[in-house]
Amino acid sequence: MHLALFLIFAAVALAGAANLLLQKHPINAALSLIVVMSSLAVLYLLLGAEFLAIAQIIVYAGAIMVLFTFVIMLLNEGVEEKTHGSRVAKLLGFPAVTVFLALIASIILSSETHLGKVIIGESITTTQDLSAVLFRDLLLPFEITSVLILIAILGAVALARKDEQ
Amino acid sequence: MNPVPDLYRILPEVVLTITGVLVMLLDAAMPKTSRRRVLGWVAAFGTVAALYASLLQLNLPAGTAYYGTVQTDGFSIFFHVLICAIVLVALLVSLDTFPRNNQHTGEFYALITFGAVGMVLMTSAVELLLVFIALEISSITTYILAGYRKTSGKGVEAAIKYFLLGSFATGFLLYGIALIFGATGTTQITEIALRIPGAQSQALVLGGLALMLVGILFKVSAAPFHVWTPDVYEGSPTPVVALMSTAPKAAAFALLIRVLWGAFPTLHSVWVPILWVVAVLSMTVGNIAALRQENVKRMLAYSSIAHAGYLLAAFAGAGTASITAIAFYTAAYAAMNVGIFAAITLASGYDDSLPLIQDFRGLLHRAPVLAGLLLFFLISLVGIPFTGGFFAKFLSFSTAVNGGAFWLAIIGLLNSGLAAGYYLRFAVTIAQPPVANPPELPTYRVGIAVAVGIVLAAGATLILGIAPGHILDAATSAAHSFPAAISSTLP
Repeated sequence: MHLALFLIFAAVALAGAANLLLQKHPINAALSLIVVMSSLAVLYLLLGAEFLAIAQIIVYAGAIMVLFTFVIMLLNEGVEEKTHGSRVAKLLGFPAVTVFLALIASIILSSETHLGKVIIGESITTTQDLSAVLFRDLLLPFEITSVLILIAILGAVALARKDEQ
Repeated sequence: MNPVPDLYRILPEVVLTITGVLVMLLDAAMPKTSRRRVLGWVAAFGTVAALYASLLQLNLPAGTAYYGTVQTDGFSIFFHVLICAIVLVALLVSLDTFPRNNQHTGEFYALITFGAVGMVLMTSAVELLLVFIALEISSITTYILAGYRKTSGKGVEAAIKYFLLGSFATGFLLYGIALIFGATGTTQITEIALRIPGAQSQALVLGGLALMLVGILFKVSAAPFHVWTPDVYEGSPTPVVALMSTAPKAAAFALLIRVLWGAFPTLHSVWVPILWVVAVLSMTVGNIAALRQENVKRMLAYSSIAHAGYLLAAFAGAGTASITAIAFYTAAYAAMNVGIFAAITLASGYDDSLPLIQDFRGLLHRAPVLAGLLLFFLISLVGIPFTGGFFAKFLSFSTAVNGGAFWLAIIGLLNSGLAAGYYLRFAVTIAQPPVANPPELPTYRVGIAVAVGIVLAAGATLILGIAPGHILDAATSAAHSFPAAISSTLP
């Protein structure tokens, strides 16, 4: 059951990601991103992270992607133009990425026996557990995130707002 | 039992954040037509206050706060003071050179101040999640500032390139943190060091270390992760380059030390050879590429890559001596680099009216004081005695030799000889008699702000060269913040 769910949704996530890259129209690409986000949520659920799974659906697949599609529709961007791309990137990039992925995969597989296992529903994360981490152990990173968001807003104003005159 | 209130441990960050918010609020409250230069002064005074707050932290006993996420010790204070000083000089230079008609002046000063929050926090964070957020704050501000010349194609190119590559590098860092968490079950730096010997999967630990190194080495623009540097420096406004070639790099070097000596001291024999190779690559690639540049900012970008290499050479040293040399080199590098970019801002302006080396021909006859300062910073970059650059390089290479990396020091010396070639070519061009129709110099009223800024940088470069005692002592006490480094130094 676990394995079947994992295989199905991992395949859907990969297919969505590939489709995202192949699509020429931004709207289609954004819609494939929703597929990727939602199937990742199922993978999180399989890992026993219910909160993360729901947050992924509400925040990423929901709120952020709605904004994404809104912006694309408002800007009314056309179909992307195809450029040639760099030869070096094709010749070196693809083998390098393959080697890198193989390396990471082998590292994770080799340590599989040492890693713990989770079963869905085995331990339910309560609001208490979450808030203990968020508002006590990681209080400072949580608060400092507000500065991060603030500079993102400042940057959007500084870079995207049209100058007068 | 921790008698020190937690807030004292993050006082400089709090001061800087309040300053940034104040700049934003004042910007909104000011009438639309009034000049916003005063906001720069607010930011500068806030930075001085943060510097003072960092010095106040010297009275605190070393320790952590907020459930072990930040740590104030000699090391964090050294880099706090250094970063605040760099930001101060960059702000002072911007005050007189930032275009009056720019409609985002308030955002500019607020961004620099908030960026400083991230940079100082990077040096005191001992929890990898906090490190990540601080690094993002510092990086995202630099991405935005890089694109501040919106009308120039190169400005937009710089911002987009920096943003894409930088986010990619941060992804590597984050993946590394995830693997380390998988191997040790914690993201607290000192905890990681304790749990690594007992970690069941050493492959995960090594993979995590390698990925984190990629992320951090990108931020210090060490080869082979340096490709973004020349394009970004060329496209960004020069006062911004003065900031981003120094302050975020100082913070990233601090982070590198904190991670390697704090979390991975037991893997010393693994990361020293990696950094050995990266150091040699950075020096050689940086210097050879710099020789062929015609654009001043591109040349200095490659020179900064080479300097990252000289700096990484010190990692081959043993224990506290190595950390001392790195901290000292970071200070000297920051002083001379912020100085030379300040001088170039004054000579060629916010909009780069003198982009090429040739355009500086005859500057010594047209603006003697400015050209003199420029030559002084160049001399320091070459590494001629009585400047900070010389002493820092000497310290770095001798540390490498003492650590057994004899060949690394030899390669470093050869590279310094190579580097003298392009620095001296620039110096000679400045000293040559002017051509008949010289390109027009931007006319700035050289105000008190920029004068103070550039004198601070020059003074620091000189003091680091002739009387480095105090700063060396501070660097040594910074190095003693790492118990692992102390114990590895003892025979």
